[in-house]
Amino acid sequence: MTSELLLQQLANGISLGSLYALLAIGYTMVYGILRLINFAHGDIFMMAAYFMVFSIVTFRLPWYIAIVVVIIVTIALGVLLEKTAYKPLRNAPRMSIMISAIGASFLLENLATYLFTGVPRGFPDIRILTTTVELGSLSLTVATLITPFVTLILLYVVLFITNKTKIGMAMRAVSKDFETAKLMGININQVISTTFVIGSALAAVGAILWGSRYPSVMPLMGVMPGLKCFIAAVLGGIGNATGAVLGGFILGMAEIMLITFLPSLTGYRDAMAFVILIVVLLVKPTGLLGEKVTDKV
Amino acid sequence: MKRIISLLLSLLMVLALFTACTPANNNGDANGEPDEVVEPGEEDADVIKIGVFEPLTGMNGGGGLQELGGIEYANKMYPEVLGKKIELVVVDNKSDKGEATTAVTRLIEKDKVVAIIGSYGSAVSIAAGDIIRDAQVPTVAPSATNPMVTQGNDFYFRACFLDPFQGEVMATYAIEQGAKTAAVIMQNGDDYSVGLANFFINAFKKLTGDDASVVDVSEFQLNEADFNAILTNIKAKNPDVIFAPSAATTAPLIIKQARDLGIESLIMGGDTWENPAVIDVAGEDAEGIVLSTFFDENDPATEEANVFVEGYKKELAGKEPIIPAVAALGYDAYILVRDAIERAGSTDGVAIRDALKETKDFEGVTGIINFTEEGDADKNVAVIKSVQDGQFVFIDSVEVK
Repeated sequence: MTSELLLQQLANGISLGSLYALLAIGYTMVYGILRLINFAHGDIFMMAAYFMVFSIVTFRLPWYIAIVVVIIVTIALGVLLEKTAYKPLRNAPRMSIMISAIGASFLLENLATYLFTGVPRGFPDIRILTTTVELGSLSLTVATLITPFVTLILLYVVLFITNKTKIGMAMRAVSKDFETAKLMGININQVISTTFVIGSALAAVGAILWGSRYPSVMPLMGVMPGLKCFIAAVLGGIGNATGAVLGGFILGMAEIMLITFLPSLTGYRDAMAFVILIVVLLVKPTGLLGEKVTDKV
Repeated sequence: MKRIISLLLSLLMVLALFTACTPANNNGDANGEPDEVVEPGEEDADVIKIGVFEPLTGMNGGGGLQELGGIEYANKMYPEVLGKKIELVVVDNKSDKGEATTAVTRLIEKDKVVAIIGSYGSAVSIAAGDIIRDAQVPTVAPSATNPMVTQGNDFYFRACFLDPFQGEVMATYAIEQGAKTAAVIMQNGDDYSVGLANFFINAFKKLTGDDASVVDVSEFQLNEADFNAILTNIKAKNPDVIFAPSAATTAPLIIKQARDLGIESLIMGGDTWENPAVIDVAGEDAEGIVLSTFFDENDPATEEANVFVEGYKKELAGKEPIIPAVAALGYDAYILVRDAIERAGSTDGVAIRDALKETKDFEGVTGIINFTEEGDADKNVAVIKSVQDGQFVFIDSVEVK
């Protein structure tokens, strides 16, 4: 094992981990507020990648405008999803809304297959992000380099919103006790919409960075990242944004290190993620940073 | 609000009822009595149904659509057999082994097809094999290259060469280019990828006479997008070539990440890589990759091929720059099946199977076709192509005895 190999793998791990982290925040926030696992989150991410393809390839927008447009359109999609698939079921049993989430996920996947076909589209090449930088013997793209920083900055923004703003205070209240918060005059719909706005915006940023590194855009591209990020969120303690980022980093790093140190087990990479999930659920069911709460179910 | 939603829902359900009824009504009309037990293939007096079993979505969706294009074009050219119209019944196996068995069962039980063409992708073809054998419906796979597709299955035929051959062709080519060491990447659980990779490994070791010449073998899973870790390991071992048989959806990810990591080795793949999506997605990084395929439009082997290239080129104008090899094979599979039905003089499964077996010096667009004992097309020529200036270009055709 040479040191440069190890360094390169560390860079790979951090970068993959921070992509997982971006998506995991979206899962964890929705869970925190609604106690709902938003299975369609990975598919929102997929749609965001398609929006990027269309805004740059079809509408020929410059990349910096395209990024803004994609984030806005993705937010619109996320909020629309909440209004149509989750809001009507708010007073229904928890299981119904979960099934609705799975249905929404399939709907988006099949809609994308129907509209864009199963043939992969190339993610537009944003020169600034895909330029390769040589650091000594390391070879990294700019996207790889900036992803961890983008993730940490966005985590800071999310923490700022939840801890320092009025809407954030409302979110925390709703998360603690839905019914009481409602009685206290908190506008539940606004709080939930804000949650989806933040989650979808992060999914859009995640999709742009993901696409710059893995430029194949197809209808099922959100499935695996979706599952992995859900695991990351559970690992870090679902409901806790810092935990989600931590979980993402740990998961990404664990996968890469498995391949680095045990190359004969590369085929078990996904299994590894699920093994971690099972171990965490057995040893510390609330996750690394999760609070101990008595579930009301 | 609630009332409107429930109203909408019930409206949807009623609509669903109607749409579900339409095909059933048609069947009823054609059969006279829908309850009557009908023999397969004899229910419709004036059409003969041939099933098309292809992946139109999922990881092999791109290739499946290309193959379907060839089959549909053949149907346009030769729309009739035994004085009846041929109707193609297309089902999507979604590149998934579970869906494959459902799809093929549907073709046999519900649509009562007399023969089947498909599928692109060996894994789904193998999964459907038992059902096809038990139902005795003769099937021709245009481009499934894994040996297990036709092995021990009397009703499964194929129009293309096999992976042991393809693996050897690629190993031979790599060594001719001066390669001494190779790294192999394969998709765990995909029969095509694992099969072809192993045949390549065996051939490469045999030809170099050195068991250590394959320096790295890595596996990945379905839907994987991150190959950085695998490729970083490979980079440290600095192989002369990387052989990565994989779906056209995965190929550009491997190619691009390898080049981003600064790997300069020759990157090679199998027949699935001859897909415009690979060049679209990988962009400049696709330059110089090498793959083997079945057919080259600039070198038509037969008279049929000349006519096909000229006609199909017009169909594709503006959509695809070259005729995909799998479209040519799809065309061949269709005309092979049609020819067999014609010679059998009936739509009985066993009769068509026997006629297929007796196929002799059949003039297809990918060459003269004869079947071996196993039902494989007896072919010994592969075309090697590379990517230059964003196009697939012919490099060589290799013949192995």
